[in-house]
Amino acid sequence: MTGFTELTGKAAPLDQANIDTDQIIPKQFLTGVTRSGYGKHLFHDWRYLDLHEQELNPEFPLTKTEHKGANILLARENFGCGSSREHAPWALADFGFGCIIATSFADIFYSNCINNQLLPIVLPSKDMDELFAQVSNNPDIIFFVNLPEQSVKVGDKTYTFDMVEHHKQNMIKGLDAIGQTLELDTSISNYEDKRAAWL
Amino acid sequence: MAQTLYDKVWDAHIVEQLGEDTLLYIDRHLIHEVTTPQAFAGLNENNRKVRRPDLTFGTMDHSISTRSLALDACGPQNKLQLQTLADNCAQHKIQLYPVGHKNQGIVHVIGPQLGLIQPGMTVVCGDSHTATHGAFGALAFGIGTSQVEHVLASQTLKQSKAKSMKIEVIGKLSIGVTAKDIILAIIGKIGHAGATGYVIEYCGEAISDLSMEQRMTICNMSIEAGAKAGLIAPDHKTIEYLKDKEFSPTKQHWNDAVGYWQSLTTDTDAIFDTVVTLQAKEIEPQITWGTNPGQVIGINQTIPSPDDFDDPIEKESAIKALKYMGLEAGQTWDNVKISHVFIGSCTNSRIEDLRAAAKVAASGKVKSDVTAIVVPGSVEVKEQAEKEALDVIFKEAGFEWRLPGCSMCLGMNDDVLQPGDRCASTSNRNFEGRQGRGSRTHLVSPEMAVAAALTGSFADSRQFGE
Repeated sequence: MTGFTELTGKAAPLDQANIDTDQIIPKQFLTGVTRSGYGKHLFHDWRYLDLHEQELNPEFPLTKTEHKGANILLARENFGCGSSREHAPWALADFGFGCIIATSFADIFYSNCINNQLLPIVLPSKDMDELFAQVSNNPDIIFFVNLPEQSVKVGDKTYTFDMVEHHKQNMIKGLDAIGQTLELDTSISNYEDKRAAWL
Repeated sequence: MAQTLYDKVWDAHIVEQLGEDTLLYIDRHLIHEVTTPQAFAGLNENNRKVRRPDLTFGTMDHSISTRSLALDACGPQNKLQLQTLADNCAQHKIQLYPVGHKNQGIVHVIGPQLGLIQPGMTVVCGDSHTATHGAFGALAFGIGTSQVEHVLASQTLKQSKAKSMKIEVIGKLSIGVTAKDIILAIIGKIGHAGATGYVIEYCGEAISDLSMEQRMTICNMSIEAGAKAGLIAPDHKTIEYLKDKEFSPTKQHWNDAVGYWQSLTTDTDAIFDTVVTLQAKEIEPQITWGTNPGQVIGINQTIPSPDDFDDPIEKESAIKALKYMGLEAGQTWDNVKISHVFIGSCTNSRIEDLRAAAKVAASGKVKSDVTAIVVPGSVEVKEQAEKEALDVIFKEAGFEWRLPGCSMCLGMNDDVLQPGDRCASTSNRNFEGRQGRGSRTHLVSPEMAVAAALTGSFADSRQFGE
């Protein structure tokens, strides 16, 4: 996996709290056996007016001309709650998003993002208000996301965000998490040797 | 230093401390067809093997029909996914309980039923309702597919420790109020994201009074408050439940295991990051009115108005939810007509749930314009219910009696609602479109679901049955 350091682009606004993974990718699209091809079903119920995905909902933010090509998504509290389906970050990434900026994320979704090089950024509510306002005033405004510096620059304002160091390093280096763990084979074997007999 | 139950289970599974991250050993890995194909593909691409197939158990539950045992009953794509699981389990020598096997069922129903889940274990599954198994004092949580691959390859997971929350339900429940009502009331109180970043420990008289199956209903919905996991300390009921189960410790090890299990309680002077208390007697049968499980009220309350919420986000969510649900502020529940009833899911499909539902069902008939289905959680639950003739009671009352699976909780099979359908459901999520695009879900207990089937709208289940 290639590492994530910077991302530059437009942001699409999804100004709503508690967006669950059933909305991000509904269940009828979870029968796949590969990681690809979920982007066209992203936000299916909201993005399309019909079941067969022929007619786009013109009111949905991601459909609007001014937000075409956005690679950053703005959202509110508890984004990605509900089902653990990793198809949600797969769909967001496949659609073209590289970063989601929200007030807060659900835990499982957050780790799924980290494991897919989709950068989840948490900013306080008042910062999110400003970002939504910026995009509303000028949908073409460019966001400069810098992970090593933990910053998002929009217009003449720079916002900084917190991130746990190992999540940050995994994103930047694009590390093979499984390969890293397998190097600890001796520790794992030692642990296994002392597990209780009934386990 | 005084420790919580969470601290004790956590400490017992540390393989290595890696800076602020901990490499935790995983005792049980449960797998199903939806969230594993890509994980096995990843292993195969990298020539990695499953480290502990003996600690990994699979079943088919999400994508299967509840009317037929044929894998292709819900189409070729579902069949491919089910066949992929079967192939992967065969290749990696993992025990699989496929459709038709006596141990098949919803992953969170069969795990406990087989004795696979024991106090003090760490349990993971690519499914957010893995929290269910916390009812045994096991640290159990849902994971994504990349993490499934990580566990398959290494039997470990890198984790950061969560904060701790104690939720105490004081006193005794009123008669006719259930575990489902407790957990819905808890989520209503702390909110849909109220426990994000926390592991919850449930305690108090009302929790100790619950059976193991009822405790599973409580822990199951921990994720609906955003929690990483939910725990209940093991006690004599836990030990009694595990006696003679297929995978429980053998005679030779039983006493050692029980001795260890009995040490798994929170020390009296342990400190939690947050404490929440509820009075059991104040809880009445609950129903969700909105589109997340935190939007819930009692059966005798009226549908709220957006103006009842001070928080602008909650107010905005309420406006949107009422519109989607087709409800009006001030409406009473007896004026909310339903079209469907679903009794099932990893929250409420165990034998005690079906017994409780059948008791109410025996007192009437399903309204002619209501479609009502009962989907047992596992083959074992189904067979036990049939032994007790519960299926006869359901069928005579007008319910359909189906084969085990996840079914209409999420509708990955053909048990899907149509736009505008309104369902009284014993499942765990009332999200927009969860049971079918444009459908409306109200989460309730099994007793309340049956009461709705018999009246065609919502009614207090305590007025039915004996």
